[in-house]
Formats: sequence, C-alpha cells, structure tokens
Amino acid sequence: MDSMLCDICHKTIATVHLTEIVNDKIAEMHICSTCAKNKTEEIKDQLNISDFLGGMSGPGSAIEKEDVSLKCSSCGLSYADFKKKGRLGCGNCYLSFKKMLLPLLKKIHGSTHHAGKKIPQKLASGMPEAKTTDLKGRLERAVQLEEYEEAARLRDEIKNLENKISS
Amino acid sequence: MFENLLTNQDSWLNGKGPSSEIVFSSRVRLARNFADKVFPSRAATSVKEDIRNTMEEIYSRVSALRGSTFVRMEDLEELSRQFLLERHLISQEHMASPKGKGLIVSADERIALMINEEDHLRMQVITSGFDLAACWQVLDGIDTELSGMVNFSFLPDLGYLTSCPTNVGTALRASCMLHIPALVLTKRINKILELLVKISFTARGLFGEGTQALGDFFQISNQGSLGLSEGELIDNLSGVVNQVKEQEIDARDNLLKKYKFSLEDNVWRAFGVLKNCRLIGSKEALSHLSMLSLGLDLGIIKGIKREVINSLFIIIQPAHLQRIEGKLLKEEERDYIRASILRERLVFED
Ligand SMILES: [Zn+2]
Ligand SMILES: [Zn+2]
Repeated sequence: MDSMLCDICHKTIATVHLTEIVNDKIAEMHICSTCAKNKTEEIKDQLNISDFLGGMSGPGSAIEKEDVSLKCSSCGLSYADFKKKGRLGCGNCYLSFKKMLLPLLKKIHGSTHHAGKKIPQKLASGMPEAKTTDLKGRLERAVQLEEYEEAARLRDEIKNLENKISS
Repeated sequence: MFENLLTNQDSWLNGKGPSSEIVFSSRVRLARNFADKVFPSRAATSVKEDIRNTMEEIYSRVSALRGSTFVRMEDLEELSRQFLLERHLISQEHMASPKGKGLIVSADERIALMINEEDHLRMQVITSGFDLAACWQVLDGIDTELSGMVNFSFLPDLGYLTSCPTNVGTALRASCMLHIPALVLTKRINKILELLVKISFTARGLFGEGTQALGDFFQISNQGSLGLSEGELIDNLSGVVNQVKEQEIDARDNLLKKYKFSLEDNVWRAFGVLKNCRLIGSKEALSHLSMLSLGLDLGIIKGIKREVINSLFIIIQPAHLQRIEGKLLKEEERDYIRASILRERLVFED
C-alpha cells in the first residue's frame, strides 16, 4: 500500500490504521499519530467491531483458533473473512458461526434474543434451522396427540434436514 | 425526477412538525434481506439484478409507494448521485459504487428504499420535526406489505438477519437531527456527547466529515437493535432526544439572560454576512445559517421564513448548486453562486 495522508488533518503521513463504525458502517481510517492521540479518547468509548472481534479469541484457545477457518456452509465465507471485513455473507452465516457470534451480539446489543416484529403471518422458510425448529414443535404436538404416523414422517424430515445442515 | 425534487415544497425540509425549532427531522430505517440470497457484498451481479428487478416489479403494489420513482443507480451520473446524497436519500456507499444498486423514492421524499446497499433493502421514512412514532408507523406498514410478497431472511431467536451483526434483530435504526447551537456555544455539548455514548446512543455531526458538526447539527441514534422491540427502541431514543432538547432550551435561556447583547450582535452579523457576501464556502455559510436560525427561534430576528433557512442548509451544498445551475462548477464559481443564492433567498416577508 502506498503511504497516504492522514484522513483528519490531511497534512501528515498516516501511521495509524483503524476501523470505526460511523453511521452503521464500518469505515477504515488512516490517520497520523498526532490525530490518533486526539482521537483515542473518543474511540475508546465507541463501538469498535475489530476490538470486539479481537477480544473474542483469547490466547491459547485451541477451539477458537480452529473456528477462524470455519466456513459458512451456504456462502463459503470464512470466519477469518468476517473478522477482517466485519460483514457476514448470507443469512446462514448466523447459523454457521453461531457459537462465535452469540458472545459478540451480547457485547454489541446486550442481548441475544430478538424481541421485535416477527415475519408477519408466514414462517421463516428457507433457513434450515428455522425449519427444523418448526418441525420439532410440530413433532412434539403430534406425539402429544398420538398421531404416530405424522410423528414418524416429521421425525424423518427433521433427520434429513439435520444431515443437510451438518454436511 | 430531479426537477421535482429541487422545487419540492412539501418535503421533510418544510420546517414544520413537532418541536421543529430544535429537532429538525426524525428518521427510522429498517434493513431487510431476501431469504436464500447472498448479501450484496458477496452477491454476484446477476443476484443483485434479480433482487433489483423483483423490487421494480412489486414496489408499486405497496400502498405507501404508489407514485414513487424507481432508479438504477448506474443510470445516474455522479452529480445526480451526489445530489441524492446531499438530500439524505442515499448513503455514501450507494453514491460511490452504483453498480447493481437501486433506489425507490416517494414523490415527497419522505420514503426512500435503497436496493443492494449493505443489505438487500434499506428502507427509510423521514419526517420534519420530532415524530419517530409516525415514521415507524409508515415503515412498519411498508415492511408488512412487502413481507406478503417477498420472503425475508429471519430467524425466530435472532430476528431479521443483516449483513453487519450490529443491525441484526429489529434491524431498526432510528435517528433525530437536532440543531443545538446553544449547547455548542456554551460548550455543554461535549459532556452530553460523552454521556450519550455511555448509555449506548450514537451522536455525530450531520454535515461534514467525522465528528465535526458543521452548522451545529447533530444526529442522535440508537446503537443496539436486538433485545428490544421496535416500539421500545423508538421510545428510548425519543426519551434521550427529549432530554437533549430540554438541555438546549435551557442553554438558550441562559444565553439570552447572560449574553443577550452579544447574542443579538452575533445573529445580526451572521445575517449581514449572508446578505452581503459575494464568495462564501459551505462551512462558513453553514455556521452563519446556524446562528441566523437560532436568532429566528429566539425572536432576535423576525420575518424570515423557517422553511427558507431549512432549505438553504441543503441547497448550498455543492451538488445542489450545480443542479440549480445545470452544469459543473469550479470551487470559486460555487462559492460565488452560493453567495448569490443566499442573498437572493434571505428576504423579510410579512
Ligand atoms: Zn493528522
Ligand atoms: Zn454465509
């Protein structure tokens, strides 16, 4: 990369490179050390996704090291890519990276549970996990109502879906 | 389309609406993605075009979008895109890389849907004054109608799925633009900004880059989008905005009590510059307009229409000046035209 001028003062060569969320967007900033010093206080308090992500992988944690190479089964994005860009590739990424995303969501939002509007009148189709959750609910009801034929059919459908998810 | 926008009198810039002397405008935005489609940043052009075509096909079936305009961003020249950015109808990202992107905008500019920005859909409703609930009501309706035609990406436990995890859940971002010159003059603004960040709200300058707040405009918005309902997010933000508004009123009272003469002097000097300048940059113009606007609110200066000042805040931006003139302008030409527009439009009426 060519050396570039500071994004703030436009006078000095930028030596500090950081990502910041501005207007819901992750913006890259390249600034000089003087401006960086001025900005530190401000940044400290701000939502900084790379800090969050950096903080996620504690030293010596073997599982998390493996997880960085984990890829979304649907779009192929790796968790390392996500850490670099701060963007997920598709809805299924939320399932593929769920283990790592949940603590991140907790940090960003203070919650991991949606409490707002639901898709009106329709089930969230297309998402395999949403489908299995739905099917599991129906299976339970079928067992309670002793509709064993229906229950067996649902059980097979769930098995099929779960195989698909894990493959 | 652009001719209409330039002369639009009934937009969110009309300076009406509740508390509009401090809360310039309210905006609510929702992000939505199509289920089973890769998010725009990873999507092939054909996928993006599919989504754009679908939206073109269905948007007029949504009642609030009837009579709206649909555009492919790459069909617009750069100046037109810049113009839309200056009117807060599209984002920086939407302006900078137009390929595969689209925009649906209602005739009164209150509703805008960006297609294939960071998410497949970014839908916003803006209103003048302080009325987030009204924005949400319209947006909620649009979203519900669209949900009947399109399958949105959603999980029961995480809500609406978005490209950036900072938006997941409700995928709602509400914001108010506040004009708070007295808080800036009395330097109380810094404490307030610090506090807002601590309680997880974002505040930033409206015009200009980074945290610089030209014209004393600040945008305050919610930071989290998961764990609370849309109504709760909006109520919480409204509460915070209300408090900042009260602080501004208090600071204005204080200024009037303690510094009446110098305030009066500042307001009339601002008017003097705007009414007589021959060359003026946007930074200087914004700062004088801000002072003039404060003078109008406090009754120091009378007879200038609020909507004239509000629209000048927007019109003096570079792409607007070039639109009005119908050609590209060099910086000095822009400063000259900006000055002449200011002189011409700032008139006393009664
Ligand atoms: Zn610098
Ligand atoms: Zn994915």
